[in-house]
Amino acid sequence: MTRTARTLALVLSATIATASPLAAQVPFSRLAAAERDSANWLTYSGSYSGQRFSRLAQVNRTNVAALRPVWLHQLQNTQFMAEATPLVADGVMYVSETMSAVTALDVRTGRTLWRYAPTIPPTTKWIGFLPTSRGVALLDSTVYLATINAHLIALDARSGTVRWDVEVADNKLGYAFTLAPLAIKGKILVGVSGGEAGIRGFIDAYDATTGKLAWRFHTIPGSGEPGNETWGGDSWKTGGGPTWLTGAFDPELNTVYWGVGNPGPDWNGDSRPGDNLYTCSLVALDADTGKLKWHFQFTPHDTHDWDANQIPVLVDATVNGARRKLVLTANRNAFYYALDRVTGEFIGGRDYAKQTWSTGLDATGKAQVIPGKEPSDSGTLVWPSLQGATNWNSPAYSPRTNLFYVNAREMGSYYYKREAEYEPGNPFMGGGERALENDSASGAVRALEPLTGKMRWEFRHHSPPWAGLMATAGGLVFSGSNEGNFFALDASTGKALWQFQTGGFIRAAPITYMVDGKQRVAIVSNNAVIVFALP
Amino acid sequence: MPRTRALRATPLALACALTLAGPAVARAQQVASAGGAALARGRTLFDAQCARCHGIEGTGGVGPSLQRPVLGRAPNDTALATLIATGIDDRGMPGAWQLSPNEVSMLVAYVRSLGNRPPEVAPGDAARGEALFRGRGGCLACHVVRGTGGVIGPELSNVGAARGVAYLRRALRDPGAELPAGPGISYAGSEHVRYLLVRAVPMSGPPITGIRVNEDAFTIQVRDTGGAIHSLEKRRLRALEKLFHASLMPSAGPAYTNTEIDDIVSYLMTLRGGA
Repeated sequence: MTRTARTLALVLSATIATASPLAAQVPFSRLAAAERDSANWLTYSGSYSGQRFSRLAQVNRTNVAALRPVWLHQLQNTQFMAEATPLVADGVMYVSETMSAVTALDVRTGRTLWRYAPTIPPTTKWIGFLPTSRGVALLDSTVYLATINAHLIALDARSGTVRWDVEVADNKLGYAFTLAPLAIKGKILVGVSGGEAGIRGFIDAYDATTGKLAWRFHTIPGSGEPGNETWGGDSWKTGGGPTWLTGAFDPELNTVYWGVGNPGPDWNGDSRPGDNLYTCSLVALDADTGKLKWHFQFTPHDTHDWDANQIPVLVDATVNGARRKLVLTANRNAFYYALDRVTGEFIGGRDYAKQTWSTGLDATGKAQVIPGKEPSDSGTLVWPSLQGATNWNSPAYSPRTNLFYVNAREMGSYYYKREAEYEPGNPFMGGGERALENDSASGAVRALEPLTGKMRWEFRHHSPPWAGLMATAGGLVFSGSNEGNFFALDASTGKALWQFQTGGFIRAAPITYMVDGKQRVAIVSNNAVIVFALP
Repeated sequence: MPRTRALRATPLALACALTLAGPAVARAQQVASAGGAALARGRTLFDAQCARCHGIEGTGGVGPSLQRPVLGRAPNDTALATLIATGIDDRGMPGAWQLSPNEVSMLVAYVRSLGNRPPEVAPGDAARGEALFRGRGGCLACHVVRGTGGVIGPELSNVGAARGVAYLRRALRDPGAELPAGPGISYAGSEHVRYLLVRAVPMSGPPITGIRVNEDAFTIQVRDTGGAIHSLEKRRLRALEKLFHASLMPSAGPAYTNTEIDDIVSYLMTLRGGA
């Protein structure tokens, strides 16, 4: 063997030894055990439980102050701000961009492996939101993307080529996708946006291999179905109930937990007398059939656009000496709720941010409404604003501290009631707000006791936050700010331990994973993916 | 799920406004000819959502007077409907995405009716006002007009188009009463008070008094009265006071007569853009 050949052989063997497959193989069994697979970030909320908790502890309270950027990747679509949670599997990062593009990156270097940008017709409608994409789903060797023009697309994880593409709903009527799909056993679940366009919301499950519809759950019951009587006249047909954020899944109970958004028209409830089920509710569905197991409505007959789409968080806890399976949620209406996730029974809760519309929750978890807080002709001042006390920004839960973390927004708003006339594919809102911005509006990362919602600590923001949270076994909570700070707090006390000025608005949630035996932390800031590690 | 004011370019404005503007114009023409009840409704909408900045009957305030036959940014009804629906991003005017096309049309008709009134008369002598502004007042020490002046206060080169008489008179008498608000300098996350007077007390060294230039949860940037920028870490401050109803600008109240204040207002009303 010549010297050159020997060198080549050595190089080849070294390459093979360190090469990762550079394409994901993520069977359902891996997703179901994602909590234990800390080296990767396999699904939107890190695991099916929605906890956004990582067992990684290499970066921790004692050394986080040394965290430094490793690489930065600038996404190509820059007209709007990204809100994506990247996924990481087997050496590849999959990050979605605004206008429904997906880029696969070499997780070690940030170099692009492939990029897929679907054709989004210029006539595509997004009524009441921006054409963002909060992430993708992985199952086996496929990446699933839900697009702004209401398609669900399956991509080959190795190359980004299309395996199938189905039109889920008619975008001309205002149906659209902004969420990361949820991959469960053999099925891909999606929920729609369009609550300001008079859609009739649903949650769909598609066969992961063929793209064939497996089941559909309408968030507004049809004529003759239980719950339809909570809508006056034909108002249910254009009643909204969007499902625009990713749900949680309990494989043991085979149950999907998903939040449902506002009734339509948003701020003028005259045409829809009644509680308007299942808007502003959490629904528990059988994962095989989509059949409703139970529901809990947080804001009956909502007229403030307080969607209940926030990420549900599944936690097991001891309640009065008995182990209970719970689902926790900090709602847009400013109340925190702990529910039994087997039955939907209310366990505890209270307000976690400033609100002026309710005297509190009764023993069943129903908010006691103060009269006169409805939107009006001249404007009615109410806290929280229509953006709510929280919004799409993911919460987190740490089993180590046993605390629930939420980025709370505190801002009042004048709510107006206006005309509402349904025209297919047009705004159907009946009013709106004028928010009290300025320095009177603010927010905080708040740590809540999981059974009661009682606040243990807070870290004050400069302005009402839009970033998600992540908790780690390193005793840290990571989040970001509108002003560009990416930061780490002590998970037990809320003390700030590290911050980095990213130079862009942070509207996404952090993730963490391992590369070459070292923990990395990543965040999307404006349209840049920034990855950090210890020196 | 609207996230309307998270961005200055509000999503609903983006999404809805263009949809609203077209049909609104045709209807505005109908409303203008119909008059009566529709105009009254336009006035109700205006009072609820526009008068806070533009004044009751559009006399001007934080926003400019609308009692003008020609609106610079909205020369015709189509432009006015679009402007109402989308807002003016860099001037802090939100888009009226809450309104249906029909309601926008009624608002267009009402705003047009304001333009048929006699224009707002500037109350004093602009030439005398300019002399006071540049001379005894020493206003250029802090304010820029057409490329000359200091940077402690806001530039005034376009203040006559941007504000009304009542606002300017009040600002001269009580400068801290209503500080301008606007999007942050670097990020459009939410509006904050501009030219906010702050007093920062470092752990060591003398206190720093000045105008907040920018701020986040961890740091604040302050311009002192000498024009120097101080970059401060909040954790190294003993105290940080924000004086929301104060201003570095002295009140014109004690030192100037009512006539002199009106003269200065008249001069300011002539400042309508241009370098």
